[in-house]
Amino acid sequence: MQDQPSAIELIEAVTEFIRNHAMPQLQGHAAFHARVAANALDIVKREMEIGPEANQQERTRLMALLGRDGTLDELNRALCGKIRTGEMGLDTPGLVDHLWDVTLTKLAIDQPKYSGYLRALEEKHKANS
Amino acid sequence: MSREANPIEAPLAEVARKYIPGATGIASLKRLSGGASQEIWSFQATTKDDPVALILRRAPGGFRDTGRSGTAVPLATEAALIKLAEEVGVPVPPVRHVLTEEDGIGQGFIMDHVPGETLARKILRDEEFAEVRPKLARQCGEILARLHTVEKSKLPPLRTATGRDEVEQYFSTYEQLDYPHPVFELAFRWLRDNAPDDTTRLTLVHGDFRNGNLMIGPDGVRAVLDWEIAHIGDPMADLSWICINPWRFGNIDLPVGGFGTREDLFAGYEAAGGDKVDPARVKFWEVLGTLKWGVMCMGMASAFLQGDRSVERATIGRRSSETEVDLMRLLAPLTGKE
Repeated sequence: MQDQPSAIELIEAVTEFIRNHAMPQLQGHAAFHARVAANALDIVKREMEIGPEANQQERTRLMALLGRDGTLDELNRALCGKIRTGEMGLDTPGLVDHLWDVTLTKLAIDQPKYSGYLRALEEKHKANS
Repeated sequence: MSREANPIEAPLAEVARKYIPGATGIASLKRLSGGASQEIWSFQATTKDDPVALILRRAPGGFRDTGRSGTAVPLATEAALIKLAEEVGVPVPPVRHVLTEEDGIGQGFIMDHVPGETLARKILRDEEFAEVRPKLARQCGEILARLHTVEKSKLPPLRTATGRDEVEQYFSTYEQLDYPHPVFELAFRWLRDNAPDDTTRLTLVHGDFRNGNLMIGPDGVRAVLDWEIAHIGDPMADLSWICINPWRFGNIDLPVGGFGTREDLFAGYEAAGGDKVDPARVKFWEVLGTLKWGVMCMGMASAFLQGDRSVERATIGRRSSETEVDLMRLLAPLTGKE
């Protein structure tokens, strides 16, 4: 076990430093890139929070869908191959649900404010209610 | 770069004196933006009266390489297309002069600077555009209808790309980038199964008709810019590209560039003489357009991993997931609508 503060807390502190202290002193391109850098750290933080468990679940679902073992990368490549040849597709039981789960998780990490993601969440909520 | 050190200033002044009536020289030469396949400079031709605001569009260092994966047309072709579009009533920046070898500043052309705004965030939010916003989708439809009437016999040599060609082109790029995206695979599969048949009438298409390439004023669309990936293709491609979610800038319920409805776009298109809009083909191109942007994001990630350490590029790489949610909403909607 590492000492405090945690990696996530360190990232939060650096992000705050960039946004609240560095950025206001920068102009033009440098200010823009500082904003992008802070956004990148937000992605890292969310991936640390959400990624490990979500990746575990993704792997479990992929093993069930494909009936084989493998790393996340191997299983995703195998799934790609089956979709490419038409062996699996929109009518394969469980595939669409799996892809929705993966996609919503990716967005929750990469870009939780994206309009298409927010709309998909609303649609999911409506479909389930 | 100090102005004195700019090697194009003196020859450009010479070009202005020769080709812009009444020009005595140039002033305010400024690089506006640029990328791998273009440089854009703004400058003024000074005259005895008011200066004339002009734009120089030039290949980087004077020579255009293949650019955008081999799809960019030569700058002289771009200038020729702008003139042809102008003849059929498409608003464009009038071309003043196409550079020749003797001008000594490489390949490019000079056009009028059309004042206005290209930034979507301003067009979609600023008060000065409030009145014109609801009219823009219909105008875009009318403009595209006219653009698609340019006679093919008048066109300079251009590549032809059918829906099927573009699917295979992007699939090959995707394959080379070698990172698994099951949602993209599903989209490629769907596109192969739903490609328009070979009898589709092909026309001149702009290829990048969207926010950012439209110069807009409080009176409407003033000029269609950036003709570098124009080609011969399915006219429905131009109607769909402006509707993909990334160009809506958050206004998800206004599919046309975040400012209008498909109904207005299509009504304007058909009223101005465009072919009857085929919703199935429009959907095909919307899926393909979304997927294209996704593959481009993968390309950004790849460039970053190969040594371009730009954080901006890296984060754009992480935006392919945005196109995945858009594709899932198009192909496997959660509520059965759209």
